[in-house]
Amino acid sequence: MKYIAEFRDKKLAKGLAEAICEEAQSGRKYRIMEFCGGHTHAIFRYGVQELLPKYIQFVHGPGCPVCVLPINRIEQALELAERHGVILCSYGDMMRVPAQKRRSLLSAKAQGADIEMVYSTMDALEIARNNPDREVVFFAIGFETTTPPSAVAIQQAKAEELKNFSLFCNHVLTPAAIQHILQAPDVCEYEAVTIDGFLGPSHVSAIIGAQPYEYFAEEFQKPVVITGFEPLDIMQAVLMLVRQINHGSHEVENEYTRVVTQKGNIKAQKIVSDVFELRRMFEWRGLGMVPYSALKIRDNFSQFDAEIRFELTQNNARDVKACECPAILRGLKKPTDCQLFGTACTPDNPQGSCMVSSEGSCAAYWSYGRFRLQTKEEGVKG
Amino acid sequence: MRKGHVEMTHGAGGRVMAQLVEELFVRHFDNDFLNQGNDQAIFEGPGGRMVMSTDGHVVSPLFFPGGDIGSLSVHGTINDVVMSGARPLYLSAGFILEEGFPLADLERIVVSMAAVSKEAGVPIITGDTKVVEKNNGDGVFITSTGIGVVPPGVDISGSKARPGDSILVNGFIGDHGIAILSKRENLEFETQIVSDSAALHDLVAHMVEAVSDLHCLRDPTRGGLATSLNEICWQSGVGMKLREDSIPVRPDVQAASELLGIDPLYVANEGKLIAICPANETDTLLEVMRAHALGQNASVIGEVIEDKNHFVTMETGFGGSRIVDWLAGEQLPRIC
Repeated sequence: MKYIAEFRDKKLAKGLAEAICEEAQSGRKYRIMEFCGGHTHAIFRYGVQELLPKYIQFVHGPGCPVCVLPINRIEQALELAERHGVILCSYGDMMRVPAQKRRSLLSAKAQGADIEMVYSTMDALEIARNNPDREVVFFAIGFETTTPPSAVAIQQAKAEELKNFSLFCNHVLTPAAIQHILQAPDVCEYEAVTIDGFLGPSHVSAIIGAQPYEYFAEEFQKPVVITGFEPLDIMQAVLMLVRQINHGSHEVENEYTRVVTQKGNIKAQKIVSDVFELRRMFEWRGLGMVPYSALKIRDNFSQFDAEIRFELTQNNARDVKACECPAILRGLKKPTDCQLFGTACTPDNPQGSCMVSSEGSCAAYWSYGRFRLQTKEEGVKG
Repeated sequence: MRKGHVEMTHGAGGRVMAQLVEELFVRHFDNDFLNQGNDQAIFEGPGGRMVMSTDGHVVSPLFFPGGDIGSLSVHGTINDVVMSGARPLYLSAGFILEEGFPLADLERIVVSMAAVSKEAGVPIITGDTKVVEKNNGDGVFITSTGIGVVPPGVDISGSKARPGDSILVNGFIGDHGIAILSKRENLEFETQIVSDSAALHDLVAHMVEAVSDLHCLRDPTRGGLATSLNEICWQSGVGMKLREDSIPVRPDVQAASELLGIDPLYVANEGKLIAICPANETDTLLEVMRAHALGQNASVIGEVIEDKNHFVTMETGFGGSRIVDWLAGEQLPRIC
């Protein structure tokens, strides 16, 4: 297919793999964190790791929007649907994420809560227009990529004077999370995981541009290569990272020039900053409280803020005890290090968020890669 | 089981549905016919081996490019019967109608059913009609049952795949699901894709005639090709190795799937079959399939291997390899 097949070409992949082998020094390890869940998914779906030498290792980062949402926020979304009786509109990925007591949006829906799966914020607005006597809340999640559509929905709701629409804002920011990982004591001081370089996000960078990564590339002396979601993009970026690591350089390079510019999508950035402002503190699953890592709705749009319109309980819900999602999201552990992986926790019956979304690293390991897990194979049922 | 509720995933055709069938229906109805684990049951009749299958249809929207709920119910039931290698004889049709549903639409559906059943030569000989109050249904639900007769010497079951066997499909996968999706409210997109909905009895008759020891046949409907292959692996106690390059997917289905973030391997089909045969019969079978109008794009997509984990693995078009797992959750609701 035009512009798809070209980026999945077997021959080019082989050529790139050879170039990487030539460039890489076999005596050392190259630990590359792909921040973005979309990359994790592509690496597994196309079998990219298999084409690379063993000493090049991917460390899976926290860039899966569903995975990083703390359980308390899901509890609050359930509260909106169940206690406040709103029509809760959510992207499909959120539907199965486990809250406490194995509840989820999907199970709440089965028990009568009004929860609609939507493909776009525009669908949520349409539901609000069609149900003027009901409160409609859009459960907004995601990184910089899904933020502009949320901002547009709020602008539009204001323009239309839509009184029954609001947004439960859970939008988070990529650069803040990467910086947090690099600053985290267990990552840096104890060197539990030494990350040699980053694959920079694709779609997020289309919005924010290449420039925001420059600060921490310099500050933490780690190279970043922004790359696309196609497997050849990933391999090309690995080659670029290996070269930088060998030369000891730490620049922000852009492999994904067909989409990402230095400054990003200025129009989208303006819309976002019109509607949203930085949140002083936000909890991430896995990373804990991260300052200035999320967005909230500005005061002049506060009538569309579900957190203001509805009283929400601040509970202290906890993840399943044995679940290793937090360590996995920080790149400290692999999915297979978790004792629940493949036994109590599978995509059909997820205990932790990393097993839910196809972008979560546990789901990717399980769904695409578990035949390689020789040591645990006996316990891994199909 | 005691505490849970029915969720949409219980009807999606994936592993959750398989578990429900296993832990509830098979457990309580418990008999040798159900334990065959196929989409149809074979039993001894006075005139030889007979086959019976039943199929409920709840598709939304009711009318879609390439068919409607009526034609789908006829094709779907015939196909479930013939995946045993049988010749289909008769169909039934049970209608659950919602109060307020336009009679003109109902007639359109019934006319369409009549036309495809006539074309297939499989008449609808009995039926039932019920009406539920407004908002207690979704226009029309149709349940149909089919019976057929299995030719002597034919012994086809999902449990008969053996290491070394070849795996074939009769053409492009994913057309039906994408055609339905393109007409979904909130999601409409422009495409020329039409559903592949078709009755496969004539194709199967030719295949069975040419290759008498055909091992397995299955129509990959909900859950798509991937889930049906996994079912066969479990039933037969084997593994499979596929080649992504040889699985036929139309460029526009691939494009729509990319756009929607879904995988054509998990998208429903209504006129496709998976055939598994001994390696030495591969060429004969492929030739017969390609000679038929419903098998022109038939392809050998992989082979059955020994694997105690019963994994379906695939050599990706990119040169790597991965598992092709059961459908987890649901990809698209109410597809057939």
